[in-house]
Amino acid sequence: MTTMTYRQALHDTLRAEMLRDENVFLLGEEIGVFEGSYKITAGLLAEFGEKRVRDTPIAEEGFTGAAIGAAMLGLRPVVEIMTINFSLLALDQIVNHAAKIYGMFGGQAKVPLVIRTPGGGGQQLGATHSQNIELYYAFVPGLKVVAPSTPADAKALLMAAIRDDDPVLFLENLALYNTKGDVPDDDTPAEIGKAAVTRPGRDLTLIGYSRMAHIAAQVADQLAASDGLDIEVIDLRSLRPLDRPTIIESVMKTHAAVVVEDDWLTYGIGAEVAATISDGAFDYLDAPVRRVAMAEVPLPYSKPLETAALPSVDDVINAVHQTLDAVGRRHQKVGHD
Amino acid sequence: MTNQMNASRKASGPKLDATPAKPTVKAAAKKSTRVRAVKRTPAEVTRLTEFYRQMLLIRRFEERAARSYTQALIGGYCHLNLGEEAAVVGLLSALAPTDYLFTNYREHGYAINRGIDPNRVMAELYGRIDGVSKGWGGSMHMFDLTHRLLGGYGIVGGQIPLATGAALAIDYRGGSDVVMCTMGDGTTNVGAFHESLNIAALWNLPIVYVIINNRLGMGTTVEKSSAEPELFRRGAAYRIESARVDGLDPLAVAEASAQAVAVARSGKPYLLEVVSERLRGHSVVDPAKYRSETEVAQLREHDPVVTFGAQLVRDGVIDANGMAAIEHEVTARVDEAAAFAEASPTPDVATLFDYNYATPVANDSRRLPGQPLFEPAPRPDLGEDQ
Repeated sequence: MTTMTYRQALHDTLRAEMLRDENVFLLGEEIGVFEGSYKITAGLLAEFGEKRVRDTPIAEEGFTGAAIGAAMLGLRPVVEIMTINFSLLALDQIVNHAAKIYGMFGGQAKVPLVIRTPGGGGQQLGATHSQNIELYYAFVPGLKVVAPSTPADAKALLMAAIRDDDPVLFLENLALYNTKGDVPDDDTPAEIGKAAVTRPGRDLTLIGYSRMAHIAAQVADQLAASDGLDIEVIDLRSLRPLDRPTIIESVMKTHAAVVVEDDWLTYGIGAEVAATISDGAFDYLDAPVRRVAMAEVPLPYSKPLETAALPSVDDVINAVHQTLDAVGRRHQKVGHD
Repeated sequence: MTNQMNASRKASGPKLDATPAKPTVKAAAKKSTRVRAVKRTPAEVTRLTEFYRQMLLIRRFEERAARSYTQALIGGYCHLNLGEEAAVVGLLSALAPTDYLFTNYREHGYAINRGIDPNRVMAELYGRIDGVSKGWGGSMHMFDLTHRLLGGYGIVGGQIPLATGAALAIDYRGGSDVVMCTMGDGTTNVGAFHESLNIAALWNLPIVYVIINNRLGMGTTVEKSSAEPELFRRGAAYRIESARVDGLDPLAVAEASAQAVAVARSGKPYLLEVVSERLRGHSVVDPAKYRSETEVAQLREHDPVVTFGAQLVRDGVIDANGMAAIEHEVTARVDEAAAFAEASPTPDVATLFDYNYATPVANDSRRLPGQPLFEPAPRPDLGEDQ
């Protein structure tokens, strides 16, 4: 076990996978000479050379499509798209091509591609640079979408994504790059499509992913201390496929759920999770499933406006309180303690 | 406009075809009817005869596809290579079996000419299990790894970045294969075209980009959609060597294609514009009312299959009996393809989720529209009735 940052885990895993398999190569804007906008690829150009660490022109559609074509011939490209906002410029290649090629040609061509890209707002980057639009990709059959929240998962899921024969959108988060955690030294890839119960509990299920998995954990800790609540936290980790059984199993036990998400509310990931709970655990619910999500505005630049639009720890605490209040359970609980 | 044109010709950089461009079909067709040297070696006779046979096979196949479409045996969109036969046969004659081909959605002829069994191409049009893409692709999405047809693609320009990436993979591995990527004239205005040409030139990729210029993107003319209507000149912006060739003359196309492929094999991209024709509408269902009767009549006069056949007869390469024999053989081949397609089973609905993912994954959804996500699980502490 080694303690390291999320950034370091990504860097080390990329390097290890490139050493392990010479078909693995990197391409993207500013990943070589500039060493990556967020320095994930620092030092890799010097170590592996231009063939395997390829700086591209600013042409997301062109270089993402080229990576897909290279993957069709058996290479394992790892594309870095500087932020998920810019992936919209490659949307046709990702949605109409990467996601379709395996099925549309009757299973004759695989696309072992990874697209690494960070989401995340809250850094005064304004409306076009602060979006969390992983939902667009989670919607599409043929793609796999993973969203690690810890350095350990960053390593295990990136290994899994690179070794997977399907196109994987690997969601990072600007606010997580400097976070630290323990990373196992062994090389065991994670299983894509599996959520993790990161904190077992009995009173309510709190569901999040990426940065919001941390917010959920923080809220659970805080409410344990302040209210004596025993909250179960689920880190989704994989958005497509979505691990519905883990969610249902948890809600059957806790009878209440709140979903926290860094994207907009309407049609969001939380809506899918809530619908899943409604379908699979309706009889077990003691209260409606609540969603805590961004205000539905293009994210403003000015700090007070930005802060108001983003979900906070207090927002999540309020939602948990309201959910438990709706069935009188918080009061009961506090009373018992 | 003229000044700009002169300026671009004088500009240093890539070598452009110095001969004046032939923007009209009339001019292009004139060249194809030119009488050639009559004396032929047996090898030449075989090659010319095979060119004609291949062109006629595409012609009769596409006519049959149109008929089957109107009989509702083929669904969806159906874009035909009618008028493009000389271009197809000439272009692919320069490729080695190990080279890769990416096309757009007008690709039946390319699939057949690449050597894929016409039975399997027709079966794909019919949506049957024996189709090249097992019935998953249809007219626009034919794929066959053995023959290195890496896909017909339905999104205009979508194939261009992919083909560029295939060339990148060849270069990455130090191979000697090349990629050919075809597209229509209208495609040269999408961003993917420009992004890809730039990347291919920067990275010296072994790829031939082919523009099939049939002068119409659906119903919009090249002049109306492209500020530089001499499309091959667009290579100059990326210092990519380029040329324009008469696409109604299979031999001229073959020669130009060979030159383009040679450049690509030396590790540089190439842009080839093939001035072609579209004898019918954009797709089978398009009556092409935007074309005048005069224009349509002219098209028939310049029919590449008829013109090339007549030329071979005139040159004594094939006699009347030989022509009849080819016609008979090709017609029988197409009839066989249609019969094969009709007899081939449709895919079993139980295989609907077979191609969800290449690497199986936990919690993959295999739910049919009417099925619930979960089996109902009533809460045990509540009665069934509640």
